[in-house]
Amino acid sequence: MSTVLRTEALTRVLPGDVPTTLVENIDLEIARGEFVAIMGPSGSGKSSLLYLLGLLDMPSAGRVWLDDTLTTGLSEDHLAHIRLERIGFVFQFHFLLEEFSALDNVMLPMRKLARLEEDEARDKASELLRTFDLAEQMHKRPSQMSGGQRQRVAVARALANDPQLILADEPSGSLDTHASANVRDILHDLARNQNRAVVAVTHDPTFAQAADRRIFLVDGQLQPPERAATLFEVSVRR
Amino acid sequence: MNLAVSIALSHLLSRRRQTLVSLAGIGLGVAFFLAVSALMRGSEQDFMRRLVDNSAHITVYDEFRLAKPQAAELAAAHGAVEIHGVKPETEVRGIRQYKQKLDFVSRLPGLRVAPVLLGQAIFTFAGKDLGAAINGVEPDLMKNVSTIDQYFVSGSLASLHSDPDGIIIGTGLADKFRAKLGDKISVTSPTGLVRVMKIVALFRTGTASYDEGQTFIILKRAQTLLGRPNVANRFILKLDDPARAPVVAGQIERALGYKSQSWQEASEDIMNLVKIRNIIMYSVVAATLIVAAFGIYNVISTVVLEKTRDIAILKSIGFHARDIRLIFLIEGAVLGLVGSVLGTGLGLALMAGLARVEVKSPFITTQAFLPIYWGWDQMALAAGFAMGSALIAAYLPARKGGRVRPVDILRGAA
Ligand SMILES: Nc1ncnc2c1ncn2[C@@H]1O[C@H](COP(=O)(O)OP(=O)(O)OP(=O)(O)O)[C@@H](O)[C@H]1O
Ligand SMILES: [Mg+2]
Repeated sequence: MSTVLRTEALTRVLPGDVPTTLVENIDLEIARGEFVAIMGPSGSGKSSLLYLLGLLDMPSAGRVWLDDTLTTGLSEDHLAHIRLERIGFVFQFHFLLEEFSALDNVMLPMRKLARLEEDEARDKASELLRTFDLAEQMHKRPSQMSGGQRQRVAVARALANDPQLILADEPSGSLDTHASANVRDILHDLARNQNRAVVAVTHDPTFAQAADRRIFLVDGQLQPPERAATLFEVSVRR
Repeated sequence: MNLAVSIALSHLLSRRRQTLVSLAGIGLGVAFFLAVSALMRGSEQDFMRRLVDNSAHITVYDEFRLAKPQAAELAAAHGAVEIHGVKPETEVRGIRQYKQKLDFVSRLPGLRVAPVLLGQAIFTFAGKDLGAAINGVEPDLMKNVSTIDQYFVSGSLASLHSDPDGIIIGTGLADKFRAKLGDKISVTSPTGLVRVMKIVALFRTGTASYDEGQTFIILKRAQTLLGRPNVANRFILKLDDPARAPVVAGQIERALGYKSQSWQEASEDIMNLVKIRNIIMYSVVAATLIVAAFGIYNVISTVVLEKTRDIAILKSIGFHARDIRLIFLIEGAVLGLVGSVLGTGLGLALMAGLARVEVKSPFITTQAFLPIYWGWDQMALAAGFAMGSALIAAYLPARKGGRVRPVDILRGAA
């Protein structure tokens, strides 16, 4: 299995009068085709870790490799380009542009990357939306869609440029059981059948159950596997 | 459509009312700029044309610019000789041997010249005495260098030919005397000579001091009346190209020695006033556009504030800071451009309206309207200024937008 993402002693401290440690000393390796769930109590640093993995935030110490490229220390513009090409984000709140239709939102990363002609991009975006059962919603704006539909549009947008790494922060957090299962299956499918690496933060044990691997964060620190297993059992029983 | 442009337009369209208000600001600014500038420049041109038409382009005086050097000073050219209390030598006034000099000047290309003997006299009519200037002229030459012929109420310069003792006075002086055409008026020269002259023509320029203070008689008559035979003390010149007046004046002054003054020199104070007027106009009008630019700053700042979430989305997707800046600069440019187009339209309408406003002019008896300058350069200036201030106004919020860090927004939202 080839490694997509690797971190070494990743630490992020928010400077200030009282410096806050968000995550500390994280060593992590994510392989192609793997679906990993990040779990942990609220405020444990799950989102913070995801921003670091997605090159949205810079670590205070430690390093991040993406496809064997050391990304730590690269310029902001360079990181932006890597994000555009190789990383897809799905946020807890759908984060779509309100003035743009579902189709335009999905086309956004393609148009920015500009590798496809306008009509090719349009075809690809409608194809993506169709696979997520959104053919009817294509020309609607986010405000005219349901929460689950919006979240699926967000997933479609994350996939626009065929990234190897998909990062999702509580993608089903605001959804009901049915919609949540739908998004989960989509992410699962991406890892299993399309050989991408998927990392999803979740509070939902059922969601985490579907993952290949579960990681537990407590107070910004990665828990060892056996402790993680116990913690997961506890969360399932609750 | 270009991605940045479509995002920019979506922002402007999502804030329709604010967009319209700021467009109105820019549009009105441009329109006022145009209307005021068209009127100011139109009236300036009109004024300058009248100034050039109605004044001599060059006047040669029987004076020297520098006092003659004293013999003692000449003797010790580099010595420390300074002489005080010199009593000036009585100069024979007038241009010496004026006919030769007139001949010389009239041979220069692109100009017409006429000699004048200017003097003062007391006019007496019906028991009333009034002082006025006497211009001794040669009517046939004079009419080439003066617009006075346009202002005759009755008769013309040529009327002087019909009666050697004829005099032309302004309606202002005639009114003071209650004198009419054909009345005889006695003229007393400074030397005490008295002559009775007949009013053969009347003029009215509309400038009171001129209509009350200037009279014309034949040059020969003036020379005898003023006791200065064969003398003229002014040359009046008109050039084909008035702009060349300073050069030609210098040429004449060097050749003749007499002070030759171009109309530009003579009306330097007026020209300065015109300059000051322009400075005032452009600052006031520029201020309108700067105020309008604040409107643009306001809209774009609001959009940046409201759309920080969108900025975070775009940046997390992989947009660069410069892509974000470009979006907001485009918004400023669109507002500036659309505002300029609307403003130019409105400005032209205002100009057309102003051009129909009738005015009474002292110089013109026919129908006259506000003078409007229609040049495209002022439109380019207005639009350019509007675009420039719109871009500057957009740049500050654009820079701020470019600096948004998506993590900060994501942390806040989570
Ligand atoms: N801007 C900030 N300033 C100071 N501390 C912050 C800031 N943002 C987050 N934190 C702190 O950092 C820690 C980690 O936050 P993070 O959002 O990563 O947690 P999380 O595991 O994603 O929580 P949740 O499950 O509620 O989303 C928390 O203790 C939080 O209080
Ligand atoms: Mg979180």
